[in-house]
Amino acid sequence: MKIHEYQAKALMKDAGIPVPAGVMVTTPDEASAAAATLVAETGNPVVVVKSQIHAGGRGKGRFIEYPELGGVSVVLDGIEGGVEATRAKVAQLASEMLGSTLVTVQTGPEGKTVNRLYIEQGIDIATELYLSVLLDRSTSRNIVMASTEGGTEIEVVAEETPDKILREEIDPAFGLRDFQAARISYALGFKGAAVRSGMKFLKTLTQAAVDLDADMVEINPLVVATDGTVMALDGKMSFEENALFRHPDIVALRDPSEEDPAEATAKEYGLSFIKLDGTIGCMVNGAGLAMATMDIIKYVGGEPANFLDVGGGADKDQIVAAFKIITADPNVRGIFVNIFGGIMRCDTIAEGVVAAVHEVGLEVPLVVRLEGTNVELGKQIINESGLNVVSAEDMKDGAVKIVELSK
Amino acid sequence: MSVLVNKDTKVLIQGLGKTGRFHTDNAFAYGTNMVGAVHPSRAGETESFSGDTDHSGVQGRADRYAAELPIFRSVVEAADATGANASVVYVPPPFAADAIMEAGEAGIPLIICITEGIPVADMVIAKRYLADRDVRLVGPNCPGVITPQECKIGIMPGYIHTPGKIGVISRSGTLTYEAVHQLTLSGLGQTTAIGIGGDPVNGTNFVDCLSLFNGDPETEGVIMIGEIGGTAEEEAAEWIKANMTKPVAGFIAGTSAPPGKRMGHAGAIISGRKGTAEAKIEALEAAGVVVAPTPSDMGTAMSEAMRAANS
Repeated sequence: MKIHEYQAKALMKDAGIPVPAGVMVTTPDEASAAAATLVAETGNPVVVVKSQIHAGGRGKGRFIEYPELGGVSVVLDGIEGGVEATRAKVAQLASEMLGSTLVTVQTGPEGKTVNRLYIEQGIDIATELYLSVLLDRSTSRNIVMASTEGGTEIEVVAEETPDKILREEIDPAFGLRDFQAARISYALGFKGAAVRSGMKFLKTLTQAAVDLDADMVEINPLVVATDGTVMALDGKMSFEENALFRHPDIVALRDPSEEDPAEATAKEYGLSFIKLDGTIGCMVNGAGLAMATMDIIKYVGGEPANFLDVGGGADKDQIVAAFKIITADPNVRGIFVNIFGGIMRCDTIAEGVVAAVHEVGLEVPLVVRLEGTNVELGKQIINESGLNVVSAEDMKDGAVKIVELSK
Repeated sequence: MSVLVNKDTKVLIQGLGKTGRFHTDNAFAYGTNMVGAVHPSRAGETESFSGDTDHSGVQGRADRYAAELPIFRSVVEAADATGANASVVYVPPPFAADAIMEAGEAGIPLIICITEGIPVADMVIAKRYLADRDVRLVGPNCPGVITPQECKIGIMPGYIHTPGKIGVISRSGTLTYEAVHQLTLSGLGQTTAIGIGGDPVNGTNFVDCLSLFNGDPETEGVIMIGEIGGTAEEEAAEWIKANMTKPVAGFIAGTSAPPGKRMGHAGAIISGRKGTAEAKIEALEAAGVVVAPTPSDMGTAMSEAMRAANS
């Protein structure tokens, strides 16, 4: 689960990690007032206006409505014009950014609507560093990744200058130890007071990642303020879905406007659904088989419209819900149901499909492939239903048929 | 021969709820030697199982089975009383990692965790705990392990399996069934099918299983079914190149998956430029693995790999 930068920074602040002062706003008036408060509190005439969307690359991103405007704007007007100049500029930026569409390398060409802004205190930056805490799947342990090449995408650093990335493995039985935190601090070039501040930062951050069940914490850039305080200038956090049951406070941070409505509906019914751009709707049991079904549709020349795993024990209601979600997509020109019954019996699926078609209607071709437990019974139910359903012998046969029928 | 489980495997169940009970009943029907259950509040009781024998399982049994499964309050006590050498975990996600660790502490040599949805941080701890102990974890979030007609531990449909010569390793449940079904139809059959699970942190990986099958005289070939996310398939490819003496076929799910999206399984996600299907297929093919172009071709890919090895 993803959250916004301002939410991540609030969580970091709660954990004792230094972050710049800031206020989340949703209107130009709030933005202007927040800027005045920040200038008064910090004595710094510089503020930053940051778009809050669930995608990276905001600084280099541009608005469709204002092609000159970036997703993050530093407001310097207050240096000479005083707080009123700051307020006016922030209000103007906010009125342009709010409700507009920001396109970054991660949003896709359609971009994302900006509904929230974070007005933040400006910070003098000497150097931009990089820090993240994430799971290393090959060792099954969290690692700290640190680099002096902040401000750049870490994937780029990893490819071009891999020796500039330091990895420190955390033994889950002991956590990040002092000597490890010191090693990272030295590697990042911290000196004097910054070494101590950096070590504290690292230990607090790695512990917070565990306590909050964050599957990724990324701070890019990490900066050293003039007084030697190591500070998170940006903050990205995402949380592991399996652990959300023990973090109701984090679940409350969910921003529904950032989620695909069909994916959210699917989740309510216990279905795993991901919207894609193609024309063949898929309904499958099992995540691996669902992925493989998309692959085979593509292999035979079609494009899948979705990933949909109904799970191992779907009932009729879930199958009806799945059908509704698939058919609600106007791009769908055909549906492929691919089931390998194990615990899930083919007759249950067949009954669900028949009920769903009766309830939802069927305006596109439907190909059903059933295999496994009670397959004969399942086929019989489909055949006797009188519905216009095409049966498939196996996966490839089904994929070929649905791609052909939906042309 | 086979790997991990056989007719001598004595199995405990941890998590005798509705799901655990259902699959224990199926295990009895198949002929698996279920010897005890662990349930703190029901210790001293027994749980009754009876029904029609699944004749695709252990051969030479009566048409009906009936059993009383004794319940113990801890894994240590259950293991002492029954001599169990395997445990299957159906405990719900919030408590499953603890159940795994309890089985590890009791020294159960094979722990198979079916549970889906265990927090990753819990599995990081559990795996660290098991690292110091001479036990093996398979899963979590997996269908289990089966040696056809000898022992079925988990949620897979038993009847699609048939004894044979191919070892099966898979990160996915239903895709395993697909592969097993194709191997059964082609007459190759299976020695043992192992579901290693779809989570990012799991106990047993492809390399562990490849190594087991490489050392099993009855296994003549191996099929491995991977998917996007992580680098376990790439590590397997390296190992195959250096060590494998038997033909290997493979399939990788997720060539059409978009990056950054978790495809159902917690571990099935392309992160940045890591974990793509293309990279995995390339690595496997470079190691001499015959990679099936579609999931419908897994059986034929295995046959092809066998032919190539024997020519």
